[in-house]
Amino acid sequence: MSETWIDAGAADRISPQDVAPFEHDGRQYAIYRTADGRYFATDGVCTHEYAELADGYVEGTIIECPMHNGRFDFTTGEAKGAPACVNLETFPVKVEGGRILLKVA
Amino acid sequence: MTAALVRRDYSLVGPEAEKAAEAGLVSAKWYSPSISRAELKALMRRDDQPAIRDTLIWFAALIVSGSLGFVFWGSWAAVPFFLIYGVLYGSASDSRWHECGHRTAFKTQWMNDAVYQIACFMILREPEIWRWSHTRHHTDTIIVGRDPEIIQPRPPDLVAMALSVFALKQGAAAFRKLVIHAGGRLTDEEMTFVPESERRKVYGVARIWLAVFAAVIAACVATRSILPAMFVGLPTFYGGWLTYYFGITQHLGLAEDVTDHRLNSRTIYMNPIFRFIYWNMNYHVEHHLFPLIPYHALPKLHQAIKADCPPPYRSTIAAYREIIPVLARQLSDPTYFVRRELPQRARPAPGGVAAVARA
Ligand code: FES
Repeated sequence: MSETWIDAGAADRISPQDVAPFEHDGRQYAIYRTADGRYFATDGVCTHEYAELADGYVEGTIIECPMHNGRFDFTTGEAKGAPACVNLETFPVKVEGGRILLKVA
Repeated sequence: MTAALVRRDYSLVGPEAEKAAEAGLVSAKWYSPSISRAELKALMRRDDQPAIRDTLIWFAALIVSGSLGFVFWGSWAAVPFFLIYGVLYGSASDSRWHECGHRTAFKTQWMNDAVYQIACFMILREPEIWRWSHTRHHTDTIIVGRDPEIIQPRPPDLVAMALSVFALKQGAAAFRKLVIHAGGRLTDEEMTFVPESERRKVYGVARIWLAVFAAVIAACVATRSILPAMFVGLPTFYGGWLTYYFGITQHLGLAEDVTDHRLNSRTIYMNPIFRFIYWNMNYHVEHHLFPLIPYHALPKLHQAIKADCPPPYRSTIAAYREIIPVLARQLSDPTYFVRRELPQRARPAPGGVAAVARA
C-alpha cells in the first residue's frame, strides 16, 4: 500500500501548545503543535472509549482526553494514565511552506 | 400499574443494563455547550498553586484539630476538635479524591497521585476501583443499569440513607469488598468496569489497607483506648456526614436516563467554607460538561456557560427544599422526578423532549 503526504491545513491554524482535528478519508486525526513549534499527529479518537482528542488539553507533550482525562504522550502515542491503557497510533507529520503535511497509510 | 411495579433494577448486571444499551444510552453522545477553543484552553490551564495552598491548609487544619483533640482527650473539650478533624478527614477527602482522581487539581502529576491515594484511604474508596467506577459515572451519568454511582434508587431506601449519614452502609460495603479484593477477586459488577490489566493493583492496595487497619486495631488493644482509631479509621464514619450532605445534592431527584447533564445534575452556590471543603464540586453541571477543567476554574466556567444552563440553586438549603419533597413523593410514585427547565434561548437537550420523557 502506498503512503501519501496529505495537506492538513495551514500550520498556524493550531496555536502553540494545542491540538486541532483533521479528517481524511473518513478517519479522524489529531494534530499537535508543541510550545516550541514542533508538530505531531495521532489517531483522532481515544483508545479508551469514543472521544475526540482534539477537544482535549495539551500540557507539554501530553494530550489529556476530554472524556475521562486519560493521558497519552502524543510524540510516541504511549498511554500514560488510566483510563487510557492502550497506545495511540501516531503518524509522521511535517510543515512545508506554512502547510501541515500528514503521512497516512 | 401501581408504582411498586415500576421499581427498576439498578445493578450493572441486571436487565436494565441491556435496556440501556437497546435505548442507545450506553456511551451516548451528550449535550455539550459551545465555547470557543481559546476560552476553553484558558479554563483548562493547570496550576499547582491553588491546590498546594489548599492542601497545606487542609493538612495544617488536620494537625491542629487532631492535636487539640489529643490534648483534651477524656474531656468534653475534645468533642469540637474531633468534630472538625472528622469533617476534614471524612468529608474534605471526598472532593480531594474526586479532583485528584481526575488529575486536574495539581499541574504536577505526582501531587495528584499522592493526594489521591491519601484521600482514597481517608474516605475508604479503593483507588483503582473508584477510578474506574467514576469513569463509568462520567460516560453514563445516572443511566440506570450503567452508572455505579447512583446514590439512591427510586423509590429511595430511607434506611440506607439514614445509615449513609455516618457512612455506615458504604463503610460496611467497603470492608466487605476489601476482604474480597485482598483475596484476589472482584465482584461481578466490578468486573464490568475494571479492566483485566488493572486488577492486580486492586488486590495489592486492599492488602495494604487491611494491614493498616489491623495495625490500628492492635494499637487500640495495646493502649486499651479507641484513641488511635479516632485518628485513623473512625473519622471516615463520624466525620462523613458532610460528604453525604453534599453528595445527595449532585443528582438526586433529577432525571434518569437523559443525555444532558443540565437535566440530571445540580449547580449550587455555597459559602466559602463549604467550597473549600468541597473544592468547588458544587459546580457540578459544569464539572460534568468539562471534566478537564480544574476545580479552581469552575466558577469562571459557570459564568461562561450559564446562559445555556438552568438557574443554579442559591444554597444547599434551597436544593434540599426541592429534594426532600421529591423523595417523599417517590416513595409512592417512583416515576416522579424534577424536570429542570432550560433557559429559553439555551441549546436544546440531545434527543429533545424524547430524551427527557424516557426518564
Ligand atoms: S474516552 Fe478517553 S479516557 Fe476515556
